[in-house]
Amino acid sequence: MTLTRRKFLKAASVAALVVSARPSAGRAFELKGRMSPGPKALQAGQWGMGVDMNKCRGNCRDDCLAACHEIHNVPYIPKPEHEVKWLFLEPYENAFPERSHRFLSKRVREKNFFLLCNHCEDPPCVRVCPTQATFKRQKDGIVMIDYHRCIGCRFCMAACPYGSRSFNFRDPRPFIKKINPEYPTRHRGVVEKCNFCQELLEVGRIPACVEACKEGVLTFGDLEDPTSVVRELLSEKPHIRRKPDLGTGPSVFYIT
Amino acid sequence: MFNKGWVIGGIIVFVAAAAFPFYWYQIGQGKPFPKLELPAKEKRCVESVEFMRANHMRLLDAWRIAVVRDDLLIYTSTKGDKFEMNLHKTCIGCHTSTERFCNRCHDYNDVVPPCWDCHVAPSEIGKGEQS
Repeated sequence: MTLTRRKFLKAASVAALVVSARPSAGRAFELKGRMSPGPKALQAGQWGMGVDMNKCRGNCRDDCLAACHEIHNVPYIPKPEHEVKWLFLEPYENAFPERSHRFLSKRVREKNFFLLCNHCEDPPCVRVCPTQATFKRQKDGIVMIDYHRCIGCRFCMAACPYGSRSFNFRDPRPFIKKINPEYPTRHRGVVEKCNFCQELLEVGRIPACVEACKEGVLTFGDLEDPTSVVRELLSEKPHIRRKPDLGTGPSVFYIT
Repeated sequence: MFNKGWVIGGIIVFVAAAAFPFYWYQIGQGKPFPKLELPAKEKRCVESVEFMRANHMRLLDAWRIAVVRDDLLIYTSTKGDKFEMNLHKTCIGCHTSTERFCNRCHDYNDVVPPCWDCHVAPSEIGKGEQS
């Protein structure tokens, strides 16, 4: 029997084709049912927030921060290097380092600013995530984390210019005062941050911090809709964003 | 053939050892399949029992992707029933004990899914930190 090189290559390529074609046919799993958005879900092109610092007292830790951290099972870890936070307060010079001039007005200097994930238009955290665990939702612009996919590499934390992300250096469960059973906790080794209360929006509620603030500091709405409360507020009052020169396009606006 | 006795004898011993779990189970010595506690009130699951038994993990995976990435919430099953795609409300709403439902079968099959590392199992509700 003579097997020429030509014949061998032909047979080998046919065999390779057969072998490679088979597994992909059986692998795909398709769910037969249909999926649809919640009937009461709030929808937007890009969710955004206005923070009116003229109204904010900047020290009522019990309201917005507590409301958020309670419903999302955010642990309170006293050790600062292990701290996990979704919302946090920082003085002006930390929030707006490029604007912290020599003589700041008293109003600005003495206040803590309400900070959270900016849900950027072009989020650097999403660009660096090697597993696509963090992503920007096409539909409403929320920057989310799929904790199932997060491998804890913390590239996103390095990329985020706003310090909005926290890493679970240890099991957060023992540090949660009262666990909300309707929302998962996190696991040691994943990064977490504010999700603009995606789980409330999908059932027709606004974010917990906005709901909790009694001073009316926080305004939440669709940035792409010129008639939304946020856009109306922004068209009336001068406002700033954090580190706009980086080009990330933050969706949180501060009225100072 | 050299060493006929050893070779054939060896093959018989190997097959007998490799097939041990199958005939051991057939003669009734194996660990019996565990009895799962089914919800008392609700008789319909999201999909048929056979489908759920084989594919519940894939269904949960597809649900997660739909909710987290595509902002979807309602699942309409092949029978036309509507369910919220929510592990806590929908699944745990009926199967109120993970120990007597999930774990029994997972233990039997020796699989350890990490669901309850993050999601709050019904038995964990109310527990918290003291200090």
